[in-house]
Amino acid sequence: MFGDIFAYIYQFIDSFAFLVLAALGMAIIYGMMGITNMAQGELIMIGAYVTDIMVCNLGMPLIIGIIIGTVFTGFVGLLMDRLIIKRLYDRPLDSVVATWGLSIALAQLIYIIFGPSMTGVSIPLGSFKVAGRSYSYYRLLLVAIAIVLILITFLVFKYTKFGLHSRATMQNREIANSLGVNANKMNAGTFMLGSALAGLCGGLYLPTMSLTPSYGESFLVQSFVTVLVGGADPLLGTVLAGGGLGIVQSILNMKFNTFYGKIGILLMAILFIRILPNGFSGYFNGVRLKMKLKKEKNRGDK
Amino acid sequence: MSDMLKVENLVSGYEKVMILHGVNIDMKEGEIISVIGRNGVGKSTLMKTLIGLVKASDGTIAYEGEDVTKRKAYERAWRGLGYVPQGHMVFPRLTVEENLMMGENINKIKGKKPDYDLIYEYFPRLKERRTQMAGTMSGGEQAMLSIGRVLTGNLKVMLLDEPSEGVQPNIVEQIGDIILRINKDLGISVLLVEQHIGLIQQVSQRCYAMDKGMVQTALTREELLNYDEIKKYLSV
Repeated sequence: MFGDIFAYIYQFIDSFAFLVLAALGMAIIYGMMGITNMAQGELIMIGAYVTDIMVCNLGMPLIIGIIIGTVFTGFVGLLMDRLIIKRLYDRPLDSVVATWGLSIALAQLIYIIFGPSMTGVSIPLGSFKVAGRSYSYYRLLLVAIAIVLILITFLVFKYTKFGLHSRATMQNREIANSLGVNANKMNAGTFMLGSALAGLCGGLYLPTMSLTPSYGESFLVQSFVTVLVGGADPLLGTVLAGGGLGIVQSILNMKFNTFYGKIGILLMAILFIRILPNGFSGYFNGVRLKMKLKKEKNRGDK
Repeated sequence: MSDMLKVENLVSGYEKVMILHGVNIDMKEGEIISVIGRNGVGKSTLMKTLIGLVKASDGTIAYEGEDVTKRKAYERAWRGLGYVPQGHMVFPRLTVEENLMMGENINKIKGKKPDYDLIYEYFPRLKERRTQMAGTMSGGEQAMLSIGRVLTGNLKVMLLDEPSEGVQPNIVEQIGDIILRINKDLGISVLLVEQHIGLIQQVSQRCYAMDKGMVQTALTREELLNYDEIKKYLSV
């Protein structure tokens, strides 16, 4: 009995961490710039390839490889923004098509350069047993990293000047602009940050998956749906959607298999588009505002 | 006194539809000038073009003698233009204090700290509500916040677009007092777009009456104090 409960919890936090790490970068880009970056999966792939080369070919420790992969992917993102995304700031639908095309090109480029598969990195830290089943310490570490990352993102958005300017830009781009916020610079910074987070995710999951040019695809669907279900608020949305979808996915994964887990996530996406088109965070912020207004009104009446 | 703002033959609008058809305005340092006119004559478009949110397709905008017609909105803010938009447009999910911090980039002077005490002295209500989300405040409070927001910077010209909109009558008069104080204490020039006759008469030194996307008449202080005269330009 205890073993079963532990297995569920482990599955859930594992799904949660995966969804959060895969989606956070995409959510920040979408929330800030209104751009759906379909090449997010390939940025994750680039992070993984750089990490893999650092570790397998250059003999660096995994953690150093991940850091280099993160920074490198950030700069790839910056380059993408300056060359392509910059021209699509006010064209959200075109940006979907353009980044989708870019994702295909990047995957093919990697295939041409590195071939169909790479030497893998073995999963570090070993495993432990609970009630006869074995679990990986590394996956627990990923959960901890996801939580720390959420906290850091929260602190950055809440207490730094960059964070303040991005939240204002998200709420009203024109007015932020008129108050002296350089929208171009904000966009470039945001895209770079979102890309670096993708690279980080790619490096972190490298030991758990085999590395092929289609590595990015295994992330894209989940991160896309997480952003869709989460809505425009990158932090609140990602956490709520990661939690909600994590429950659905982990239960389906345990009861049936991962194929049904993926189907479940897509069904959730359809349900959300129908019922809460602004996502979790849109709904939540709406409710929060209504409650506050009511409170204010009561205070005014007294 | 030097020219603070000089607008010549300004043409602008949206896509192919032009709203302004050659507007001429000039403002000296330290003036408070109103732009009046009925709904839809292009007053707000004028303000948006002046700050750079709407592109000018012809004519020039000179600010402190420099041609800023091609400058981006944020570059104009860096030079000291402070835009207080129609409908107040506070950031609803930022706190009052965070909203105020957003103005600090306006003509930022290194080493000079924004004077929050002064802003809270002008608007004590904002101090009480410092940590509250701006979207939950009343229209009057949002109007105050929208004005306070540009005061955290070192602005020289305030572009004030209908501060009386959605605001209770007694608060409108308070706002008028504050506009006069800001002008006197801080030497800020004010270009005010308004339809509220009381506010126009309370603060304006002179006034431009707009119609059909152009300035039709310039009115002196004496003329704009004449209720019947000014009413002609405002009523439907």
